[in-house]
Amino acid sequence: MYKYILKRILLMIPTIVGAAVIVFFLLRAIPGDVCELRMAGSGLYADPEAIKICQQNLGIDQPLYIQFFDFVWGFMTFDLGESMWTGKSITEEIGLRFELSLQVAIMATLTATVIAIPLGTISAIKQDTWVDYVVRIFSIAGIAMPSFWLGILIILGLLIATQKVTGTPWMPPIEYTPIWVDPFANLSQLVWPAMATGYRYSAVATRMTRSALLEVLREDYVRTARAKGLFEKLIINRHALKNAMLPVTTVIGLEFAFLMGGLVVTEQVFNLNGLGKLFVESVLNSDYTVTQSLVMLVAVVFILTNFVIDILYAWLDPRIRYA
Amino acid sequence: MAVSEITVEEVAAERNEPSHRRALRDWICRKPLGAAGAFVVLFFIFLAAVAELITVYDPVANSFESMHVPPGAAHWFGTDQFGRDILTRIIFGARTALLVGFLASVVGSTLGLVLGVTSAYFGGRFDLIFQRIMDVFMSFPLIIMALAVVSIFGTGIQNVILAITIPFIPRCARVVRSSALAVREIPYVDAARTLGFVHTRIILRHMVPNVMAPYLIMLTTFMGQAILLEASLSYLGLGVQEPTPAWGLMLQGGAEEYAESAPWIPIFPGLAITTAVFAFNLFGDALRDTLDPRLRSE
Repeated sequence: MYKYILKRILLMIPTIVGAAVIVFFLLRAIPGDVCELRMAGSGLYADPEAIKICQQNLGIDQPLYIQFFDFVWGFMTFDLGESMWTGKSITEEIGLRFELSLQVAIMATLTATVIAIPLGTISAIKQDTWVDYVVRIFSIAGIAMPSFWLGILIILGLLIATQKVTGTPWMPPIEYTPIWVDPFANLSQLVWPAMATGYRYSAVATRMTRSALLEVLREDYVRTARAKGLFEKLIINRHALKNAMLPVTTVIGLEFAFLMGGLVVTEQVFNLNGLGKLFVESVLNSDYTVTQSLVMLVAVVFILTNFVIDILYAWLDPRIRYA
Repeated sequence: MAVSEITVEEVAAERNEPSHRRALRDWICRKPLGAAGAFVVLFFIFLAAVAELITVYDPVANSFESMHVPPGAAHWFGTDQFGRDILTRIIFGARTALLVGFLASVVGSTLGLVLGVTSAYFGGRFDLIFQRIMDVFMSFPLIIMALAVVSIFGTGIQNVILAITIPFIPRCARVVRSSALAVREIPYVDAARTLGFVHTRIILRHMVPNVMAPYLIMLTTFMGQAILLEASLSYLGLGVQEPTPAWGLMLQGGAEEYAESAPWIPIFPGLAITTAVFAFNLFGDALRDTLDPRLRSE
């Protein structure tokens, strides 16, 4: 197992370096340079002195290899430089918002798992009955429905429902309160975006649970279990689900890595001040240093999540470990 | 000996029916959901094609005397905050969505096809390095990659197409490559090489036509994704820009503002996105089952 983990870590390094190279050249691909575009892009007159100072601040007057080294070093030491828009430290800006986005991501994952596994299981057991069709339509709709639209519908529904019941429309709070300060206020704000992202996420996992379970149910050992007269419930829970969970774990993990993308739109709908919103704002404001840091952060999170899934998979399934 | 009632004329009639038409009819019977998806897709294409002929209102002109009109006889889906007819904008928005969807997915998957087959054909170290590069590109989620491209090239419809195309390339290349690896081992590739054909010819004439199934599957999968991605980017203000009618753009502007006055504004465009993507996905699933039973989802 240790050998396997070591091998995985070694495989991860070139991917991270590659991602760093892409993100690094992203900003260098801009016609002209970042400072010129930032200051004179809209046709305004820009002070050549100001451009020079900006270039010096960013270090883009240095040779490329030094710039790349600085970039990688900065990332390793969590010193990401300053925002070109607000002038604040990027590490701080990200730190402020990380908690909120992480919490929504975890809650969305929980929502998705709680919906997907039972629904997928029922759908597989009752294959080709009306239950199966309802579940399948529910999950295909989840993939087709944009999560930001679902978010808008949730807000609309909340406003209209509370207006009808209490007479005054109620909106989830805008201000973020950490869960240990006031769990009720925290949850009443974040449950909705978690639902909006979780539904789409659950759709993928439901389909996976269904097809994995259907495959396992055709295995010989399930037939053996049935032949020896085991209760159907026991066969499903002990024999089938346990083995069907492997691909489902992968899908849930992979989707967790993709959640960052989902958060970009959902945070906008619910007006949450998280990483996704910071990302959109940085693109809107041509705040290249922030965009660069966030793209790199997402890639690293994605690669690390994949690593964890691989390890988990090997731990759950000895066949992979010893192959 | 009355085994069957089929007369000679009937047999002849069946023979005369073109085989592709019969194949299509069989397919519709076997995959009703996929056929329904294809029908809805064709319906959207029709709407986009004849948008000017079937609408009476202007999709972009503001009309301040008819703001926030609820759905009714004059405006089936109501009007928005600028007095524009929502149904008209949805029909014109179909044009934007399909244009972006088709261009991005066709260009993205075709480039992926060529790259994937080339990688499998040459194999060895080239293939290894190429695959690692694809791995790196795949470590950016779709929308993050698209946003990064937009941040460099700016917004607008051409840049949105570019932003959606780029992340599709590695995803298609990877899938096509795995099929092409099997094709490469088939003797006709060796035969072509023995005949002294150049690499480009072998790749394009001998290998590419044999990996059409995964290519078409990826292509249809991408269409739905591209429409969804375009809507997301436009919604964020980073895609298609006003006044061009686009579904994502029509959802902009906050649910809370219109909850009391005009809840129909966000409902219909979202329904249009969902229906279009749903239709593309149904069609894509059916196509996948037909073309490649091994990839069957259930």
